[in-house]
Amino acid sequence: MRIFDPHIHMTSRTTDDYRAMYDAGVRALVEPSFWLGQPRTSPASFFDYFDALLGWEPFRASQYGIAHHCTLALNPKEANDPRCFPVLDALPRYLVKDSVVAVGEIGYDSMTPAEDIALATQLQLAADHGLPALVHTPHRDKLAGLHRTVDVVRESHLPPERVLLDHLNETTVEHAIDSGCWAGFSIYPDTKMDEDRMVTILRTYGTEKMLVNSAADWGQSDPLKTRKVGDAMLKAGFTEDDVDQVLWRNPVAFYGQSGRLQLDVAAPDPQHEGNSILRGGE
Amino acid sequence: MPMTPLLAREELDAQLGGAARAWLDEALAEAEHAAEHTAAHAARQETGPPAAGPGALIAAPPWELRYAAAGRYCGLDHADSVRALLLLAARAGLPALTRLYDQGTAAERRAVLRTLHRLDIGSAALPLVEDALRTNDTRLVAAAVGPYAAAHLDAHQWRHAVLKCLFTGVPVDCVDALARRALGDLELARMLGDFAAERTAAGRDVPADLAYVLSCTAPATTVPSQES
Ligand SMILES: [Zn+2]
Repeated sequence: MRIFDPHIHMTSRTTDDYRAMYDAGVRALVEPSFWLGQPRTSPASFFDYFDALLGWEPFRASQYGIAHHCTLALNPKEANDPRCFPVLDALPRYLVKDSVVAVGEIGYDSMTPAEDIALATQLQLAADHGLPALVHTPHRDKLAGLHRTVDVVRESHLPPERVLLDHLNETTVEHAIDSGCWAGFSIYPDTKMDEDRMVTILRTYGTEKMLVNSAADWGQSDPLKTRKVGDAMLKAGFTEDDVDQVLWRNPVAFYGQSGRLQLDVAAPDPQHEGNSILRGGE
Repeated sequence: MPMTPLLAREELDAQLGGAARAWLDEALAEAEHAAEHTAAHAARQETGPPAAGPGALIAAPPWELRYAAAGRYCGLDHADSVRALLLLAARAGLPALTRLYDQGTAAERRAVLRTLHRLDIGSAALPLVEDALRTNDTRLVAAAVGPYAAAHLDAHQWRHAVLKCLFTGVPVDCVDALARRALGDLELARMLGDFAAERTAAGRDVPADLAYVLSCTAPATTVPSQES
């Protein structure tokens, strides 16, 4: 089973996670820039974070045989802090980087005027740079947030097929699919969304334009949830090809719209001591 | 991921398709234009080009955006070569180099490091090399120990750079002028001996390159002459 996790925050994970993910079949992932748990107080702090997503984290991933890409953006929560808002002015410089495959994650947190501006501005940046956008739906007031998000996407210059609406569930899936956007589901170890409910959604709505991710980060989460969904799908009677579509071909097709996916990463060298990729690549 | 040799303009032109060649022509013209602009600016204000400040972070000259996109237009295999040509055409000074390095991906940083010795900047760009040598990213460490480091790192920094290569598995062929700088360096020989002893005590292999570097440190008079 080959797996592409389209939404996972590896900066917060250990090398044990990388190894376990590789063993479970994960060969590629996308790390969206997001809130770090601790609020940042200046744009410079964002730039160091972006640099890590463009430099150190792909290096770490490559040592475990996993292709790493990222999405960059000012997240909605911190868009509300005037000290962080100027990050928007610097984004054009970062969106031209090779491993940036979308603008994201953007969307609503508390649905404030500052979030309105950040969302619309960044959808436009995605359109200007020929990139898709990863748009999450808020954890609170989710259905109202989704409606407002879809309205803003419709008003933007970005066509819906270049938008992935994430963190969907039973109450939001239908409206998301009707919008023409791609549909993303984050599978958590708690009650937000689990693998069996995911299988039911796939039975009801099909496997087209559907993406599954672990959204693993510094909170309670599980980087192997993608694999668990694949196993649950097979158990429920889906074919290997169905699983491949949801866990590999769909994320490749969505992020591939950037023209920047590089999926050929060398397998990890069993000899290496975790401090070199040069030796493995010789 | 061994570093590919940098190609000259003519060699690149022979390998690139028509669209990529046209893109490169435009990109180099923009870089040359920036070089003239910077030179004119420096002539007007004897203080030289403005230092990189918060404003410089945001307003990127067009050729610097081309620098980032080079791999997508000319192929990732040619990205280092194209970026090196852009730096030369722009006659990149310290502010531009620092900007491109600080805000660059690892691949963009690597191209800066590989081109420093061909730019007229003296030892001013040493902080970039020092930054790269502080990382644990072997792509950057390998690019940092080229001719610029050989010319400008002081003895202490240079010895630590060599040791870091051995530590992190960067092949010592990457270290420019290794034999010349190591010749008769007894302090480096001591550091290598201590490192080997530490590895042996831990029951771990001594890196194969270590014996070669150690042989380079032998004083000239005791090295048997080898003409090959
Ligand atoms: Zn997330």
